[in-house]
Amino acid sequence: MKLINPRTKELEADIVHFLSLVDESAHLFQQAVQSYFDGRVEDFERDTKSISDKEHIADDLRRDIKFRIYAHMLIPDFRGDVLGLLESVDNVIDTMKKVSRSFSIETPVVYSFLKEDFINLSCVCVETVLEVTKAARAYFTDFRKINEHLNRVIAMERDADAIEERLKRKAFASEEITVFSRKVHMRYFAQRIALISDNAQELAERLAIIAIKRSL
Amino acid sequence: MLDPLFLSSGLFFGWSLGANDAANVWGPAVGARMVKFIKAALLCGLFVTLGSVLSGSGGSHTIGAFASIKTLSGAFIIAFSAALTVFWMTRMRMPVSNTHAVAGSIIAWNLFSATPVDYQTLYKIVGSWFFSPLLTGIFAALLYKLISGFLRRRPLHILLLDSLNRKALIIAGILGSYSLGANNIGNVIGVFVPVSPFQDIVLGPGILFSSTQQLALIGGLSIGLGVLTYSKKVMLTVGKDIYKLSPLMSFVVILSSSLVLFLFASKELQNLMISMGLPTFPLVPISSSQSIVGGVLGIGLSENLYNINYGILKRIFLAWITTPVAAGLLSFLLFSLRGILGAV
Repeated sequence: MKLINPRTKELEADIVHFLSLVDESAHLFQQAVQSYFDGRVEDFERDTKSISDKEHIADDLRRDIKFRIYAHMLIPDFRGDVLGLLESVDNVIDTMKKVSRSFSIETPVVYSFLKEDFINLSCVCVETVLEVTKAARAYFTDFRKINEHLNRVIAMERDADAIEERLKRKAFASEEITVFSRKVHMRYFAQRIALISDNAQELAERLAIIAIKRSL
Repeated sequence: MLDPLFLSSGLFFGWSLGANDAANVWGPAVGARMVKFIKAALLCGLFVTLGSVLSGSGGSHTIGAFASIKTLSGAFIIAFSAALTVFWMTRMRMPVSNTHAVAGSIIAWNLFSATPVDYQTLYKIVGSWFFSPLLTGIFAALLYKLISGFLRRRPLHILLLDSLNRKALIIAGILGSYSLGANNIGNVIGVFVPVSPFQDIVLGPGILFSSTQQLALIGGLSIGLGVLTYSKKVMLTVGKDIYKLSPLMSFVVILSSSLVLFLFASKELQNLMISMGLPTFPLVPISSSQSIVGGVLGIGLSENLYNINYGILKRIFLAWITTPVAAGLLSFLLFSLRGILGAV
């Protein structure tokens, strides 16, 4: 008799795939923002489309995982936690898709004095996402490691908040941006990007709670 | 015409036993939502029948001899009283010992027929109300601490743990069902063995389908039917209502119960302990229903005593006392009626 049946093995692989889609989307998001601010429109559009495609795949995969967990009565005591976790992870990838789409649709003006902050902000947000997916993996495999990842997520989210605030202050204090609506537009994008790390933090908080239950 | 009528009480008892005792084997797994009820019921029905036919004849003769019943109508009364009592308890969702129900009926027969009562058996019954739940509870609490502590230090993938747990529960359930059939078929058909209406059938060279095995097959099927049609309520009482068991807890409860049943039943283990100069466990019959409830309670007390449903627990303890008493009273009443009517 096999220790783990093929159905469970397949599900395990799908969860790994789902989380890796989030990581891949995060890397693509960073690339896309870099391309946008560098003026490489084609690269940016290609990456935006890839993020969108991955988000669709992740969405289908999440629904399929959810269905199989319920249909085969798997992990009855952690089922709700796992499904909630997957939904929160899905929110993160969804936000990355929406932000990159917003860049594509609204084409905000690139101001050179804000470029570095925008790229840094997206970098920190992506790092936060990568760290929280590590914590999510640890939930399934070795829950003892969750907390160290979560502490890093919280620290990174604070960094992202600091960059976001700096960016907004610079935009509103700037004399280079003469039109008020453009200042508001810069603030909007700073907030939208920072939302990625906020979502990652929400996920981290959820993980912290369900990890306690898992360890009991 | 009379034989099938009298045998029907045995079938009724088999059905009641299946409806009640399947919970001892599958209750924790079904309660923890690790095994679907229908899967548990089908596996239980199948392996109970196999256990009854292939390994159940020994116990049947013992009970038959113990009861010293000479007529089919007497056997009918004993089985019917026990069956009705267990059925009543099953309706009330209470896990009870069918052995105690039969013993209650037999003691009533002894009293009625002025046969000396086997007080030794009576003491064992009363003793087992405390012995088996207490010991299984201690085992379950310790084993759970040990296994969960190990898993905290060396965690497994959540899905691997789930898969292993599920397999362990199914294997334990199958073995438990086989033992349930082998051990309890004696209670169902034992009193009919000395007055069996069946003849041995030679199926082929060296293959004999004895009258006891024929009775065991019918009894086993009736137990299986009881499991399939009416066992869910008691399963959920054991696996869910007393204390909400996690899948790991449910496995530990079944494991502890099996260990305790083994400790009190294994002659080989007793000999081994004697040869090693260790103190031994007395070989007394203990109830698996009481053992499993003790296991659930043990884990509940050690993990979170505020989550235990003490109301249900109180009702279960009352049901344990009521079962042999009610079966005995009913049996005594029916024997008295038979005497008044001058029946067979």
